Amino acid sequence: MVEFNLPANSKVQEGKTFPAPAGGTNIKAFKVYRWSPDDDDNPRVDTYHVDLDDCGPMVLDALIKIKNEVDSTLTFRRSCREGVCGSCAMNIDGTNTLACTKYISEIAKDAKVYPLPHLPVVKDLVPDLAQVYAQYDAIEPWLKVTTRPPERERLQSPEERARLDGLWECILCFSCTTSCPSYWWNGERYLGPAILLQAYRWIADSRDEFTGERLDELEDPFRLYRCHTIMNCTRTCPKSLNPAKAIAEIKKLLVERRG
Amino acid sequence: MSSAKRPLSPHLQVYRPQLTSILSITHRLSGVALSLGTLLLVYWLAAAAAGPEAFESAQSFIGSFLGRLLLFGWTIGLFFHLCNGIRHLFWDVGLGFELDDVYRSGWTVVVATAVFSLVTWIVGYGVM
Repeated sequence: MVEFNLPANSKVQEGKTFPAPAGGTNIKAFKVYRWSPDDDDNPRVDTYHVDLDDCGPMVLDALIKIKNEVDSTLTFRRSCREGVCGSCAMNIDGTNTLACTKYISEIAKDAKVYPLPHLPVVKDLVPDLAQVYAQYDAIEPWLKVTTRPPERERLQSPEERARLDGLWECILCFSCTTSCPSYWWNGERYLGPAILLQAYRWIADSRDEFTGERLDELEDPFRLYRCHTIMNCTRTCPKSLNPAKAIAEIKKLLVERRG
Repeated sequence: MSSAKRPLSPHLQVYRPQLTSILSITHRLSGVALSLGTLLLVYWLAAAAAGPEAFESAQSFIGSFLGRLLLFGWTIGLFFHLCNGIRHLFWDVGLGFELDDVYRSGWTVVVATAVFSLVTWIVGYGVM
């Protein structure tokens, strides 16, 4: 449902300000969303001042530095620090991306860091991804066949394999899904760009034998057709993939099979 | 720890407006405005059917500053919805999804809307 304003318990308040380290000449302010389940306070934005001459180049470097040296309670997900795992997806400077591949130097003013939009917050920059994972489960993202397995692997031509390029690279960071206004308003029923790109990844796979059933599952006013080609997904994907195009391909297949 | 009290993370409040989302919501708003504008058209036609006096008052309202302002807004809405609608038709057949193309077609729609609207009014005043 469309709800433009945040609920009362979610309104963001002014938080603490941590002063700049003494002697620094290249100071940048990081305004970071904070919320803890351990008290009854509303979310707040804390301001940390980081000396960029003593910090790595990425936003994740700054967050780790703050956690190590200033405020150990700051909570966020991170793992690979090279754009492969998708853990550190968050809203930085107004758009969703990976903190580990986002250069601090690309941010003109204060660096505003929020969790992925329109999700329940577990703590600070950690959103609850239970719903998107359940939706991922719903599209049955594995190779489904009825024929007996061959002696060796199931073969693909180079052309058939090439159709999966731009799809298999998705790291499920959900930057796209949580950038989509349509997902914000209808996320309980609309699958969202990340999951639909994954659904198309299996539809496009020449080895999969359940294309018809997969399309049946998607032919629904909400699951698929809440996509209105807003294109925020493609605009924000940190891996430069194109979920909107994948969704359009699904829509085309549904039209084509009607004959 | 209950999860019921978890706050909702900010969305519209923090997400940067960009050409993609702005043109999308403008498409929807212009559609709504055009539907309402159609009422004005119905009023004008109904007044014409009702007789010279009713038509005269309809003409004077539409010719007033407020009437012209509404018509000008309607012109912009019409050309935007038309141009962006054509953009959507290209998407519907699977064309123009690369991000560069999305921005190119988006700015084309913005410029075309401005040009068509201004030309319409310049021509309109020219023949008046």
